Amino acid sequence: MAAPKTPVTLPDYQVERIGSQIAEGETIKSARPHALSDAIFNYCPGCTHGIVNRLVAEVIDELGIEGKTVGIAPVGCSVMAYDFFNCDMIEAAHGRAPAVATGVKRVHPDNVVFAYQGDGDLASIGTAETVHAATRGEKITVIFINNAIYGMTGGQMAPTSLPNQVTQTSPYGRDVSKVGYPVRIAELLSTLDGVAYVERVTCDSRQHIIQAKKAIKKAFQNQIDGIGYSLVEVVATCPTNWGMTPQGAFQWLRENMLPYYPLGVYKDVVADGFANAAEAALERAKDCPIAQQGKEA
Amino acid sequence: MARIIVDDVHCKGCGLCVDACPKGVLALDQERITPKGYHPAKLVDPDNCIGCSSCFITCPDVAITVVM
Amino acid sequence: MADNTQAQERVLMKGNEVLAEAAMRAGCRFFFGYPITPQTELAAYMAKKLPLIGGTFLQAESEIAAINMVYGAAAAGARVMTSSSSPGVSLKGEGVSYMAGADVPGVIVNVERGGPGLGGIQPSQSDYFQATRALGHGDFYMPVLAPSTVQEMADLIYLAFDLADEYRTPAMILADGMIGQMMEPVTLPPERDPKTLPAKPWATSGHKGERAHNVVNSLYLSPEKLEQTNFERFERYAEIKEKHQRQELMFCDDAEIVVVAFGAASRIARTAVRDARAKGIKVGLLRPITLWPFPTKAIDQVIANGAKRFLSVELNMGQMVEDVRLAANGRAEVSFYGRTGGVLPTPEEVLVQIEKLAEDMERGE
Repeated sequence: MAAPKTPVTLPDYQVERIGSQIAEGETIKSARPHALSDAIFNYCPGCTHGIVNRLVAEVIDELGIEGKTVGIAPVGCSVMAYDFFNCDMIEAAHGRAPAVATGVKRVHPDNVVFAYQGDGDLASIGTAETVHAATRGEKITVIFINNAIYGMTGGQMAPTSLPNQVTQTSPYGRDVSKVGYPVRIAELLSTLDGVAYVERVTCDSRQHIIQAKKAIKKAFQNQIDGIGYSLVEVVATCPTNWGMTPQGAFQWLRENMLPYYPLGVYKDVVADGFANAAEAALERAKDCPIAQQGKEA
Repeated sequence: MARIIVDDVHCKGCGLCVDACPKGVLALDQERITPKGYHPAKLVDPDNCIGCSSCFITCPDVAITVVM
Repeated sequence: MADNTQAQERVLMKGNEVLAEAAMRAGCRFFFGYPITPQTELAAYMAKKLPLIGGTFLQAESEIAAINMVYGAAAAGARVMTSSSSPGVSLKGEGVSYMAGADVPGVIVNVERGGPGLGGIQPSQSDYFQATRALGHGDFYMPVLAPSTVQEMADLIYLAFDLADEYRTPAMILADGMIGQMMEPVTLPPERDPKTLPAKPWATSGHKGERAHNVVNSLYLSPEKLEQTNFERFERYAEIKEKHQRQELMFCDDAEIVVVAFGAASRIARTAVRDARAKGIKVGLLRPITLWPFPTKAIDQVIANGAKRFLSVELNMGQMVEDVRLAANGRAEVSFYGRTGGVLPTPEEVLVQIEKLAEDMERGE
């Protein structure tokens, strides 16, 4: 992790519980971020949601934005994230987080608004809301957990389930001749003009988690800087519904998920030399006269 | 000297920290059961903890505090 | 609503545009919607005017997205609305249920057209059940206001915003294509600066380090907690029922027959009631302005005044008639006359029905 600017301290609720175990002269190197509450995650043991929740909370702490952040947690395993984060939170209907985030952001453009969505939510029932919030260039941050399965309802086939993957509703394996292919969200959204930044990361190792945090931080910073819509896709695991140990799930992720969902930056308008998504969109449409209207103004 | 403190309230005994530790100084404590019914992680070889925070980074329940 | 300290503007305007203008005057600065006939003028008016007063008009990708944008904006503390017509309102049901469950205020306009399915684009009142019973899943109601004139389009949307905020509930304007499309003179309500509206300390707008975090949520996995939130919500509903039943009564002091009609149907019924009175029939008109809460006290009153028969006149196959029957509760006979699919009855058709009832009563039936 990047060295925090301020000394690491325990959140208040932990001071009472474990503070006495820290001797005088000892310094804290790593601790729960303050933007996380003391609520016990409802995630299963070994579920990578918790890692990503922590990364988001650390980014909120490091950017000092807890007081102006509003998080949206729609239906899925992370729906109870309203209990986990100390910033203001809204629970949303399945798939609708980008629309809800749009509403919040339009009312309070100075708020930092993030949606935290799973694959069924973002890439199936909420695809329209996702694509349109992205193409509108809503200045929001979306954290997308892709674990190729519906977790909360008990392991059904997701839009991102891999070909031949066995789930409760694809008991003979996902038959692409009948139900089609997985949706590759990072690739899909990277084609939209409103999008400033899309990166796909994972969380199976220290190195990958550090990279995931960098991406999440950038996605938040982009919003603060008004650069445009940013999404980080986190290739994640669901040990319970994959029917594996947490360790085995990481192995399966490395063997099957990562070749299908390659990690990397899919769009980054700043890295491409533009100030923001709008400028990049103007350049892409440089041969379209009507799209160039008002450019000078 | 580095060490970790495991918050039993949050630890679910998934063992990802044990795997992540480059020095192999962690194990699940089979002697103890948390209020939620899990065997929590434990630093079993305190002398060799280097305070790298790999366990903290990998812990899905943010149950670990690393002190130096 | 009309504030006498301000110069009152009297203008000739279309019903749909008045809904938009009055909403802005009520302090609404956010509109999210999706195009559909016959409410389009409302959205077009908002698109033109809202940006000029620092507001936001956003055409959403769907009705579902629109209502969820309303949910988000309302959660963030804004006065916000959406509008649609029948098929589009069906799509909003999910979001309205979430708003009710999370106690988030907002105004939904339904300028009804005929159904079911794609139906038609002519005026209808066939969404009465949907509005008063079942716009979305779960145990909830919301105030439903039914304008019958362009003036009431202004007055009632103004009221809808206040009721929504006061009771932290979605509220609906149930209009129809006829009132939406017609032009009438209207006295516009005074402008309210959104900054002067009562604060919403529960809103999710960032805690700024000054308070505990706010949560807008409709999920309660504990049955006891969910039951408790529903109990609390129904206490508010009871208060709304007690305080906010609204209706207009005409010729009801001595009426033996009372025609019950709202919105566009009430305009037709009014003429028929006048014509019947001219023929010496003791008939009155009860026009519900609030469809939920249904004006049960007014039903009690006209029964106490001697009403023996009710005739519910609607632009549907008979929906409000069930509420009339429930409110009358066996104390008077209740019948129905309606046209549907966008067909409007003539006053003469309604008069025939009134005359039939009068004859039945004379014969002692």
